[in-house]
Amino acid sequence: MPKKGTKSRKGTDDEPKQEEKNKLPEHLEVQRTRVVCKGDAPVNTEGFQYAGAFAAMGIDNSVSADKFCKNFKVVVNRLTEDDMEFDMIGIDASMANAFRRILIAEVPTMAIEKVLMADNTSVIADEVLSHRLGLIPLDADPRLFEYISENDVPTERNTIVYKLHVSCKKGSPRLTVKSGDLEWLPEGSQLPLASPAQSGDKQKTYTSFSQSQKDILEKPLGVKFKDITIARLGPGQAIELEVHAVKGIGKVHAKWSPVATAWYRMLPEVVLREEIKDADAEMLVAKCPVNVFDIEDLGNGEKRAVVARPRACTLCRQCVMGPTGEVMGPTVEQVELRRVRDHFIFTIESTGALPPEMLFTEAVRILEEKCERVISELS
Amino acid sequence: MERTEEEEAPAAKDPNASLPSPTYRSLAAPVTKPVDKFALLPAFLKVRGLVKEHIDSFNYFITKGIRNIVKANNRIEARNNPSIFLRYNSVRVGVPSVQVQYIAEKITPHFCRLTDRTYSAPVLADIEYTVGKQYELKRKPNFIIGYLPIMLRSHACVLNGKDEAELARYGECPLDPGGYFIVKGTEKVILIQEQLSKNRIIIDTDSKGRVIASVTSSTHEIKSKTVIFMEKEKIYLQLNQFTKPIPIIVVMKAMGMESDQEVAQMVGRDPRYGDLLYPSIQECAFERIYTQKQALQYMDDKVMYPGAGNQKEGRSKSILRDVFVAHVPVESGNFRPKCIYTAVMLRRMMDAILNADTFDDKDYVGNKRLELSGQLISLLFEDLFKTMNSNAVELMNKTSEKIHSSPLDLSLHIKENIITHGLERAISTGNWDIKRFRMHRKGVSQVLSRLSYMASLGYMTRITPQFEKTRKTSGPRALQPSQWGMLCPCDTPEGEACGLTKNLALLTHVTTDQEEGPLMNLCYSLGVEDLSLLSGEEIHASGSFLVMFNGLILGKHRQPQRFANAMRKLRRSGIIGEFVSIFVNEKQHCIHIASDGGRVCRPLIIADKGIPRVKEHHMKQLRDGIRSFDDFLRDGLIEYLDVNEENNALIALYEHEDQDDVQRSSITHIEIEPLTILGVVAGLIPYPHHNQSPRNTYQCAMGKQAMGNIAYNQLFRADSLLYLLVYAQRPLLTTKTIELVGYDKLGAGQNATVAVMSYSGYDIEDAIVMNKSSLDRGFGRCIAMKKYTVTKEKYEGGYSDRIVKPQRDKDGALLKQNMRALDEDGFAAPGLIIRNHDIYVNKQTPRNTKRDSGAHLTDRDYKDSPAVYKGVDGETTVVDRVMLCSDTDEKLIIKCIIRHTRRPEVGDKFSSRHGQKGVCGTIVQQEDFPFSERGICPDLIMNPHGFPSRMTIGKMIELLGGKAGVSCGQFHYGSAFGEPSGNADKVEDISRTLVKHGFSYNGKDLLYSGILGHPCQAYVFMGPIYYQKLKHMVLDKMHARASGPRVLLTRQPTEGRSRDGGLRLGEMERDCLIAYGASMLIFERLLISSDPYQVQVCRKCGLLGYYNHKLKASYCSMCKNGENMAKMRMPYACKLLFQELQAMNVVPRLKLTEG
Repeated sequence: MPKKGTKSRKGTDDEPKQEEKNKLPEHLEVQRTRVVCKGDAPVNTEGFQYAGAFAAMGIDNSVSADKFCKNFKVVVNRLTEDDMEFDMIGIDASMANAFRRILIAEVPTMAIEKVLMADNTSVIADEVLSHRLGLIPLDADPRLFEYISENDVPTERNTIVYKLHVSCKKGSPRLTVKSGDLEWLPEGSQLPLASPAQSGDKQKTYTSFSQSQKDILEKPLGVKFKDITIARLGPGQAIELEVHAVKGIGKVHAKWSPVATAWYRMLPEVVLREEIKDADAEMLVAKCPVNVFDIEDLGNGEKRAVVARPRACTLCRQCVMGPTGEVMGPTVEQVELRRVRDHFIFTIESTGALPPEMLFTEAVRILEEKCERVISELS
Repeated sequence: MERTEEEEAPAAKDPNASLPSPTYRSLAAPVTKPVDKFALLPAFLKVRGLVKEHIDSFNYFITKGIRNIVKANNRIEARNNPSIFLRYNSVRVGVPSVQVQYIAEKITPHFCRLTDRTYSAPVLADIEYTVGKQYELKRKPNFIIGYLPIMLRSHACVLNGKDEAELARYGECPLDPGGYFIVKGTEKVILIQEQLSKNRIIIDTDSKGRVIASVTSSTHEIKSKTVIFMEKEKIYLQLNQFTKPIPIIVVMKAMGMESDQEVAQMVGRDPRYGDLLYPSIQECAFERIYTQKQALQYMDDKVMYPGAGNQKEGRSKSILRDVFVAHVPVESGNFRPKCIYTAVMLRRMMDAILNADTFDDKDYVGNKRLELSGQLISLLFEDLFKTMNSNAVELMNKTSEKIHSSPLDLSLHIKENIITHGLERAISTGNWDIKRFRMHRKGVSQVLSRLSYMASLGYMTRITPQFEKTRKTSGPRALQPSQWGMLCPCDTPEGEACGLTKNLALLTHVTTDQEEGPLMNLCYSLGVEDLSLLSGEEIHASGSFLVMFNGLILGKHRQPQRFANAMRKLRRSGIIGEFVSIFVNEKQHCIHIASDGGRVCRPLIIADKGIPRVKEHHMKQLRDGIRSFDDFLRDGLIEYLDVNEENNALIALYEHEDQDDVQRSSITHIEIEPLTILGVVAGLIPYPHHNQSPRNTYQCAMGKQAMGNIAYNQLFRADSLLYLLVYAQRPLLTTKTIELVGYDKLGAGQNATVAVMSYSGYDIEDAIVMNKSSLDRGFGRCIAMKKYTVTKEKYEGGYSDRIVKPQRDKDGALLKQNMRALDEDGFAAPGLIIRNHDIYVNKQTPRNTKRDSGAHLTDRDYKDSPAVYKGVDGETTVVDRVMLCSDTDEKLIIKCIIRHTRRPEVGDKFSSRHGQKGVCGTIVQQEDFPFSERGICPDLIMNPHGFPSRMTIGKMIELLGGKAGVSCGQFHYGSAFGEPSGNADKVEDISRTLVKHGFSYNGKDLLYSGILGHPCQAYVFMGPIYYQKLKHMVLDKMHARASGPRVLLTRQPTEGRSRDGGLRLGEMERDCLIAYGASMLIFERLLISSDPYQVQVCRKCGLLGYYNHKLKASYCSMCKNGENMAKMRMPYACKLLFQELQAMNVVPRLKLTEG
């Protein structure tokens, strides 16, 4: 139980220091550290930014690097190939949001940018087919590639070339073109430029690969998911095209975003203001659709409600607000829903180019680069 | 680690909190579950579904109508020699075909669409005629008398009865309902025309407040209007053929009813009738008219054209026979039926005077008749057929007058072009000009809108009025209670046609004519007494009712309710037609039987004392396919009622709902499903009964402007303008009507996640804020396809245009850069990008088109006349297809379809399905958008101000239902009035689903700010709503101009975007600038940027002179010298005004002062 152990350790460490500090009253401490989600609106959403907010009571509310290094923790709850969920503890909402924004908009990936259409007799228009190709996630590490600008020549360092050549013969049944049909061309483009060829010279193509990408890459470049439907071909229809993938960021187009989405939520905290027993306890447990509450047997035939799984709270607010028309239960005023202001449950869903844990480290690195750029520009 | 409650601050209970009072379930719960009758709707729509009234009307014409017309005019003969004749024996409509080199080739509708042809079939007749000097009788079968445009999916259409695979082979969409024509390649709909009933008495007041009884008679030969009115306590007849109103007693005497007592008895023995009639009788006596002869003589003096014709019986008698209530027949000079009819009119008029409740409402739907395309084409065909025959007779008369001429053959003079071109021209232009009836209508047929699938369906169910649209009267525009279930209450335009243009409801059927003879005989068999056997006293005996059949008085019945019940029983068993209407009018003491065409009717479930005849086992058989809708009709479970007969019925919406004021046993019918009171377009709206009514009307207008898919064959058509949505979706919150009409297969919108909150101020005035990543991933992306047509013209002498390959220099490079889109055949190549000013057809025209025939032209004799594409600079458009075909004049037609894929931008218009439209106010990056605790980032943000004043509660429920739909993976339903029958989900059920999946029951989520990162200060109402992309896009409307063309007359900038015109500064803008005091801005807009002109003004005489550029001196024509000339600037239009005033001998003089 590493999670519980971590919390226990934190509690133990904090106990001696609390004796030395002046403590805030309970309601002010809640106001400082919690968002209270009432039935009609959340309150205390923004918190206190002023460093001297509680100076009169001897509390230092400022942000400092030492405090951050001491208090900050990351706990990974779930990690799969495509998504991860972790807790960031002891960080401000603006910082968490900065990571979210960088993940969505500024971490680069490779995506198809140019489509050279040789043949397209399917019912899908050229532009729509190109748009669909651009949204296909590619299995390519963007850190191995450079950005390309309009004046650059496509080389093996900044471009990936794929080919798609599918046809449905007359008389055969309908054919579904999938992303697995995209074929990687490590030697570069195979389409000749439309200029007269000179004898002896090599035919000019749309790219200038000086060497094969197989030589400089450890694994073949392909698409991440091979079963994405691109088009459906009827008998007699064909698609023949070549695509060029380049490096980009999600701020320019969503196809370059490395995450399907990235978001966070604050840690839910459910507080029972007073003891809820017997029938009221059962009613409270039945109300919650995600089983936050549980029944604790007190032994002598009595029962009471306890908060068993506050993390599962989805803020349906059934326990603090009865639906209109239903009988208002007695538990409405006894339950308080809160969100811990500096505890973020962060979720990253990767589109596949990079695993989610590397995406987060890339985001941290990008934020670091931004800070260094600001520092260097200020000096 | 367990938390323990803090004892220091116990939460005190709020003493003011009070528990809400508990709700009780209804104690009158139904004892049995009602039968689910929804399956009857698709069964009905399969038999008499959408636009079937158009097809039925046309089928009636090509099977019966055309036969009756030809039979009534089946013999033509030469005037001088009756032995020379031609007779049409039988007539039928053949297979759609076109004549190519004297061989008939079969055609399909899609072939006609693409090649600009008319989809028509030959009208074939078997004729026999005499020929030669010996008048030899000859027969000729399958003689073509003309080509008739064929309505799609009618009996004569090749698409009739085809299944989905066969339709695909023909290039048609199986969801296309048909019901229109293809004329010269254009799809044309003959709209349903709304008329007042013919042959029916209408009691009304005219503009002077007089009580009038009017009848518009319509027979095969004549249409006339008869008006009887009362003025100064006297009753008169008004007819167009008489110069003055005729006293009504004189009319009665002229028709043979000479006894005043008989007239009074015929009207009724109530003394009040006698009191009202007495002044008229007195006036007749005052005029000393006592006999029929005197009355006819009196009326002869009032005839409008007395000198016309030399007739023995006098003009007035023939007018009374043929024009006065013309639909009542006069046999062997027996005017008694007309006398009785006139007496009934008088009685109805007096009833209205005595009791205002008995006035008729002209806007009552039962007093309307809908004229459909079959009837309109029937009128036109008859007129053209008679014209063709008259022309043939005229030609024959001219030929037969010559001696020793060639053999006389009437069949050679039959010109089929008269019918072919007449029908084609009428349907193509929409002008219905029929001389015999003096009918001159415009706009009868219109181009079928293919903007969206809903626009097409809306066109087919549209009803156009005969009123002038500019009148502001509210009567015809108001929503009539009689429209219930027959006409859609929501679907009507805004603006000048509001309330006048209507649409049919979902289950409405419009009847066609049924044969009258057998029905009349049946009425007499059931006890109707002929009026000729009865006296006036007996006609109006208490307890007995008149029986009127299609406006004609059949007779009288002493047991009216029993007669009506017997007739209805026969109708329910299928012995008489299912559309015959039996209406017992208690106020008028009359039974109205109607079997004419053009009545709106709808099916209802028959209930015996409130218990429906449709049981669960019937519905099970229907679902299993054993029983069809016609079986329900034949077994007497369901019947059709029209608007009049509905007055005799008590129709319940649902079963088992006892009301305090209505006994269940008095219910006679039950609705199949209440959602059917709405039409096709209004059926798209979810929860329309929770919306404010105008919002539903606005959505009916905007649903037709939404982009989506229009047909399965949309990529193989050649429409002038076609808008498609790339990723059209089916609504998450759908309605039953959507599934019935096929909208779920051809959707016209997308489900967008909407957050209802304030954001950034760019959502002012209904604008919406859009997520850039959603647009990147394809939200709202659309394709606009436009057709450009080029004709390869032919000229005299055999010359024609030619298409040449693009010109290149010796190195193979193009001489002109704007030829890059061309292929080597001179046409644009499909798939190539075409830009503004590019050439898409490289055409050349002979310089001299009137050269001598036969001369060979060289390259020098041609001049370039290429077809140049006009588009927006900077936009990438693609040549989609190039089609070559020949038109009916054997010219080559090149059709170029150019495609433009568009992404939404600021200013494009979107709308939900509740009349909430808005333009895109700004596009925001996804990372700046708020997001929820489940990571959901909305696609667009809507201003919450859009809800309170518009009261679109249905939209709120749609959000909840859509959210529940994505949670549990099922579509939810929001059909109109569908909660009791399960066709709409209740809000409580939706909320329970939301709570079960962890959402708040009211649909509000905690969102985090995308910019700052902390939670928003309110819960936000967020969920999916179906949004439509409307056709109004910035790219089509954007206009700016620095300089450009000017009008020749006024030298001011041209008008309109298409002519690169100036931006208009209207009078209101001018007034604002004056009020603001911005004088120099007015000066700049109205002079410097418009039409500045320098004129030479003579200081002495004040007139305009001119400047001689050769002598470099100004000159005044009046003073004959240039000594006092001054230069000034004024608008050229002002100078033009001065010169025009001088042309009218008004001399404007200018008095100049130094500036």
